[in-house]
Amino acid sequence: MVENRPLGNLLSHVVLIFGVALVVFPIYVAIIASPHPPGTFLRGVMPLLPGPNALENYRTAWTEGRSRAGTPPISLMLTNSLIMALAITIGKLAISIISAFAIVYFRFPFRIFFFWIIFLTLMLPVEVRIVPTFQVVADLGMLNSYAGLSIPLIASATATFLVRQFFMTVPEELMEAARVDGAGPMKFFRDILLPLSITNIAALFVIMFIYGWNQYLWPLLITTDPEYYTIVMGIQRMVTGGDSEPLWHLVMATVVMAALPPVLVILFMQRLFVKGLTETEK
Amino acid sequence: MAAIVMDNLHKVYAGGVRAVSDIMLDIADGEFVVLVGPSGCGKSTLLRMVAGLETITEGRLTIGDRVVNALEPAERDIAMVFQNYALYPHMSVFNNLAYGLRNRGVLKPEIERRVREAAAMLEIGAFLDRKPRQLSGGQRQRVAMGRALVREPAVFLFDEPLSNLDAKLRVQMRVEIKQLQRRLGTTSLYVTHDQLEAMTMADRLVVLNGGRIEQVGTPMDVYSRPATTFVAGFIGSPAMNMLPASLLRANGNADALSGLPGNADLVGLRPEDIGLDAVAPGGVRLQARLDLLEPAGAETHLHVRLIDGKTRMTVRLSHVPGLTEGADLVLHAPAAALHPFEAESGHRLL
Amino acid sequence: MQTKRTTFSGYWLPYALLAPQVIITLIFFIWPAGQALYQSVLRQDIFGLRVTFVGLDNFRRLMEDPLYLNSMQMTLVFAVGTTVLSMALALLFAVMVNNMIRSRDSYSTLLVWPYAVAPAIAGVLWWFIFNPSIGILPYMLDMVGYDWNHRRSGTDAMILVIIAAAWKQISYNFIFFLAGLQSVPQSLIEAAAIDGASRAKRFWTIVFPLLSPITFFLLVVNIVYAMFDTFGIIHATTEGGPAQATNILVYKVYRDGFVGLNLGSSAAQSVILMTIVIALTVIQFRYIERRVNY
Repeated sequence: MVENRPLGNLLSHVVLIFGVALVVFPIYVAIIASPHPPGTFLRGVMPLLPGPNALENYRTAWTEGRSRAGTPPISLMLTNSLIMALAITIGKLAISIISAFAIVYFRFPFRIFFFWIIFLTLMLPVEVRIVPTFQVVADLGMLNSYAGLSIPLIASATATFLVRQFFMTVPEELMEAARVDGAGPMKFFRDILLPLSITNIAALFVIMFIYGWNQYLWPLLITTDPEYYTIVMGIQRMVTGGDSEPLWHLVMATVVMAALPPVLVILFMQRLFVKGLTETEK
Repeated sequence: MAAIVMDNLHKVYAGGVRAVSDIMLDIADGEFVVLVGPSGCGKSTLLRMVAGLETITEGRLTIGDRVVNALEPAERDIAMVFQNYALYPHMSVFNNLAYGLRNRGVLKPEIERRVREAAAMLEIGAFLDRKPRQLSGGQRQRVAMGRALVREPAVFLFDEPLSNLDAKLRVQMRVEIKQLQRRLGTTSLYVTHDQLEAMTMADRLVVLNGGRIEQVGTPMDVYSRPATTFVAGFIGSPAMNMLPASLLRANGNADALSGLPGNADLVGLRPEDIGLDAVAPGGVRLQARLDLLEPAGAETHLHVRLIDGKTRMTVRLSHVPGLTEGADLVLHAPAAALHPFEAESGHRLL
Repeated sequence: MQTKRTTFSGYWLPYALLAPQVIITLIFFIWPAGQALYQSVLRQDIFGLRVTFVGLDNFRRLMEDPLYLNSMQMTLVFAVGTTVLSMALALLFAVMVNNMIRSRDSYSTLLVWPYAVAPAIAGVLWWFIFNPSIGILPYMLDMVGYDWNHRRSGTDAMILVIIAAAWKQISYNFIFFLAGLQSVPQSLIEAAAIDGASRAKRFWTIVFPLLSPITFFLLVVNIVYAMFDTFGIIHATTEGGPAQATNILVYKVYRDGFVGLNLGSSAAQSVILMTIVIALTVIQFRYIERRVNY
């Protein structure tokens, strides 16, 4: 600091407390609303203090969901979300790491061509080519399956690009030293490159897990069987699925539980996550 | 133990850039040869061609009794010390040393024995469990040496191994590497851009410029009889003074130059061969003005300008007899100290 | 496209390493994109029995369709609103947090986590807060005489989705702005202080210009986010309404394709969106290349 002015600092704190309040407010509201009895939301303004029905509401949500509207219990949706998020994350990382390895550490015919094929996927988010992609998955018989939920989202130009960026920063001499030491490509990959990439892979893991967990449109389209509903899309079904006003207390309990896993991941791995985002995504 | 024979080696990169041309060089078994030259002269490329890290575009490379052009680095029986050491950051010092042996299927007790032995030789035995980042620069350098040593290869390759050390450590390691090499008697090829390092360490020097060999010889040979103006300027510090022969003749030195070949239009003079002895007989005599005195401890460098007001020279003296800047001097050099060159070709003439 | 100075040799190994990625890309990305391109020049009759080649007619119709033009306009309003709001707040918070010494990490943690919240969930949360009958904000707005109702008023609905979208994106922008601020050399700021520049002047003449590459990067990323990643916010809340007021382009592609079953038009819209994404991506990578060269 060049200088420290008490007044300026006070102003900064005021602005930041306002900012934090703005950021926290929606989740606060959700936490407050979730333990209220259903009657609370029929009249007047929503409460700003928690209600008494925490245990009951969460148990209902966890075990029954909103069965009248056709949504399965949260426990099932959470499991589905976890399976989908992990499958997407691990799949993305695995195929991105090996393809980045091929692109950086080998020279072969059509290398640039393959790079661009992979790269094109970055330019085509699922939302913009949604109808034909759905048709392909339907033709392959992958609707209502974990494979259908995850495999089409596994190809990742972003992850490949980020891993490639990292590999480019690994000193040339390490690979040369390994070669002089008698290591072939896969041995070098396993003994040297992967152990060196652990931090970066972990950071990517956080980012990709959140991406996978928060998928919305894709599961919405390809799951018609509630057995395969994920929690993020399930919330939408709870909000719009009934014929009456949403059952806010159950919706909010679901919101809390849907947001909790990725938020926890970020809070516990904040340093790694911030590093992964800012250092690789350049 | 192996000799290296480079038979007309060439390296042309995919883009058409010629990095190395016409390299003919025989390195005897057990010899310590230093490749020296300015950056971009091809010395590292040549070393990496020997290592097998760069493909050889043309020519034949023999190590021992095998032509190795098509062999992988690991199959060439070489070990290499890299400029930035290239230690595996996630492995302990022990594992760094052992990695190459394990890849070759050397048995555990033998690995243990060789690593301990190398570590003792380099005095890094106390650090075997540490990671490279916990070591100082000098210790890392020793680990890099150790990794080459444990392999007991036929040839050591060094790629500017001391350039990341501070000046004091560099001098110390220079001596140690040289002694180690003498003791083991392993053929060594050593790349550096530091001409002092090259002079002090080499059995034989190879001076490279623009991808070609300028001169090969023992350090004293190269120093006292530089084959080209490039070598004359590159080896020796301060650099050799280069004067047009016409300038010397015009200043009354025609007699001293009469012994030189007629086409010698450029004359070199080492700074230490020049004195202030105004009464010495024969030789070359020049009038000059002292621009700057540079005391360097044991010796002093005099930066002077000849009476034409343009030509600058450097003189190296061990005793400076009470000179002040701006003083007029008479410089003298014996005729035997003159190095005659032909300016156009850059070749030495005598 | 560089490789390492030296590379491994191997005839089939690199292809084997690339195969999984390339196969998935071909099946789920390149093929559908080709299909979109193909379908965009066809038209199906209402029974799905006959398909005719219509050339660029689907595109021409779109350009003449007031609903599509309206959707473009709404997308523009939405993207600009979201980007400006979230970047301005994020920059403000980042500058303030960067002034802090002891509390920097605590504030960062509190501001970073909404990154993890899915857009659809962000939408549902703000939808609840703005609920006309029980929401807290309409209640407060009512006290100052404003009758909030995003079910009737298109403006209200647009404000709602902008706030939800911007709220979720603040943390991403904040992370990048803070990283940018921390990489501004302290010596520059000290030099400016010695030159007599006030605090505000130091920010606008030294710090802000140095942040401009990051600002530009975030600008592109935010526009892409607002245009394509916010599907969940719209779908879970306003569903494009009321009266098309929040029917942004990606939502319209989905509606026309899956609800309206107008495949030709939906495919043409996909092609237009792909063109926009490719243009934005190229801009972004121009920028990355430039930065790498620095």
